[in-house]
Amino acid sequence: MIEAVGMRPALFEQIERAEAASRRWFRAKFALVWVVIMAALFAAFAATDNLDADFVTEWSPYILGGAGITVLVSVLSIALATVLALIGAIGRLSRRAVPYGVASFYVSLVRGTPLLVQIYIIFFSLPQISPLLILPAIAGGVLALGFNYGAYMTEIFRAGIQAVPRGQTEAARALGMPENLIFRRIVLPQAIRIVTPAIGNDFISMIKDSALVSTIGVQEVLWRAENAGRPTLHTLEAFIIAGLVYWGLTIVFSFVQERLEKRMARGDR
Amino acid sequence: MTGPMEPASHISHPVTAAHLGPPMVRAEGIEKYFGRNHVLRGMDLEVQTREAVMLIGRSGSGKTTFLRCVNFLEEPSAGSIEIDGVRVVADPLHARSREHLEQIRQIRIRSGMVFQEFNLFPHMSVLQNLIEAPTKILKVPRAEAVERAEAYLGKVGLAEKRDEYPARLSGGQKQRVAIARALCMEPKVLLFDEPTSALDPELIGEVLHVMEDLAHEGATMIVVTHELHFAREAADRVIFLEEGRIIEEGPPEKMLDNPDDDRTRGFLRRFLTSPKASAS
Repeated sequence: MIEAVGMRPALFEQIERAEAASRRWFRAKFALVWVVIMAALFAAFAATDNLDADFVTEWSPYILGGAGITVLVSVLSIALATVLALIGAIGRLSRRAVPYGVASFYVSLVRGTPLLVQIYIIFFSLPQISPLLILPAIAGGVLALGFNYGAYMTEIFRAGIQAVPRGQTEAARALGMPENLIFRRIVLPQAIRIVTPAIGNDFISMIKDSALVSTIGVQEVLWRAENAGRPTLHTLEAFIIAGLVYWGLTIVFSFVQERLEKRMARGDR
Repeated sequence: MTGPMEPASHISHPVTAAHLGPPMVRAEGIEKYFGRNHVLRGMDLEVQTREAVMLIGRSGSGKTTFLRCVNFLEEPSAGSIEIDGVRVVADPLHARSREHLEQIRQIRIRSGMVFQEFNLFPHMSVLQNLIEAPTKILKVPRAEAVERAEAYLGKVGLAEKRDEYPARLSGGQKQRVAIARALCMEPKVLLFDEPTSALDPELIGEVLHVMEDLAHEGATMIVVTHELHFAREAADRVIFLEEGRIIEEGPPEKMLDNPDDDRTRGFLRRFLTSPKASAS
C-alpha cells in the first residue's frame, strides 16, 4: 500500500477540514436556534399589542439602575456567607461536641426553613423583640441572604476541606507543624481552591435569590420593576425587563467565573 | 549532636564499638492494634547515630506501621519512642491531649519523613515547600532558610527547580524534593516509607542514588523498602519483620545471602522469584 502512505497528509487535511466545517455548522445552527426563539417570543408579545414601547424606553434605565444594588447586595451577602461557611465547616469537622452541635443546628435550621421566612423574621420580626434590632433594608437583606447561603456553603466547605488528601496533613505533621498551622497553611489554601467554582455557582444563584429582598424594600432590580410597573399597569414590560437584567447579570458573571476557573487551572497546580 | 548531613570525614559503614554511645533512636515494646487486629507485637529497635537500618518483609508484616509509630503518625497502643534523648510513652487514651501532642511534636521535629506518595504541598513552590517548616517551626530567619534549602536542593540535584511547582516535576524529582524538604529541618533521623514504590521503574534509580549518598555520608536512617539491591549497598543493618515481630536482623550480606531463619529464607526466595508479587 505504498500509494496509501503517500496519500496520508492529504487525507488528514481533508478530515481536519471536514471537522472544522462541521464545528462551524454546529455553531451557526446553535446561534440560529437562539435567534429564532427570541424573535418568536418577541413577536408573540408584540402581537398581543399590549407592549408599550414608550414605557420600555422611559423606565428601562431606572430598572437597570437597580442592577448596582443587586450586585452590591449579592457581593456583601456572599462575603458574609463565606465567613459563616468557613466557621460552620470547622464546627462540622470538629471532634468536640459543642462546636459540632452548634454548626449542625445552624445548617439544619437554615436548610429546613424557607429563605423568604428567614428574610421576614430578620427584617420584620426581630424589631418586635427590641427596637435596637430595627435594621436598614439593605443590612437586613444582606444578613438574611448571607445567613442562609452560609449554611448551604458550610457543607461545600466541609466537603472541600475533606477533599484535601490525608497525606498533606501527615506530611505537615511529620515536619512538626502544629494542627492550627497545618489547617491555616496547608489544608485551607487547598480547600479554597477546591471550593472556588462552587462559590462562583452560589454567587450566581445569589444574584437571582437577591430578588427576594425586594419584599423588604431593598431598591434593587425587582423592587424597581414593581415600583415602575404596578402603578402604570405595565407589569408585563416591567417584569420582562427585570428578568432580562437578571439574565444578563448571570451571563456576565458566568463568563467571569469561567475565566477565573481557567486561570486557576492554568496556575501552579 | 551531629546532624545527619554533617560532611562525613570517613565512610561510616560498620558500626563499631567506638560509635556506640546512647542510641539516636530507641523504640521499646511497640504494640499496635487496629481494632482487634494485632499489627505490631512488641517491637524493640535501637538505631545508632550514623546507622542506616532497612526494614524488609511482606506487605502486612507491619514494617510501615512500625515506621509510622516512630514519629507517632500512628499512636502506638503501647510502648515508647526515644529520639535524641526525647522520650515519649504511647498514650492511646489521651492521644489528643495538648501535652501529649506537644511531646510528639518534639519527636517529629527531630525526625524527617519521606512518604511513598511524596506529599509535597501542591500550592507552594519547591522553595516554599522547603522553607515552610524551618521558618515557621524552627524560626530560622528566612534568608538562612532559603540558603539552606538551596544547598539541599543542590544536593539532590534539583537546584534549578527551585521556583517550580510540584505539579511540573516528575515522580522521581518530587521524591528528591521531598527528601530535601525533610533534610531542611536538619533532623536527627530520616524515616523513609517505601520511597520508591510509587515511582515508574526508570525513576527509581535517581531516588535510591540520593538515599545511598545520604547513608554513606552518615545520615541516621530507618528505611522501609522492597529494594533489596539497594539495601545491600546502603544498609548497615537489615531487619526482617513478620507478623509484627522482628524475626531476624544482621548485616546486609548475611541477611540477604545467608539468613539463619527459615522465614527469612522463604521471604527472600519468594521475593527473588516474583518481586512484583511481594512488592504490591
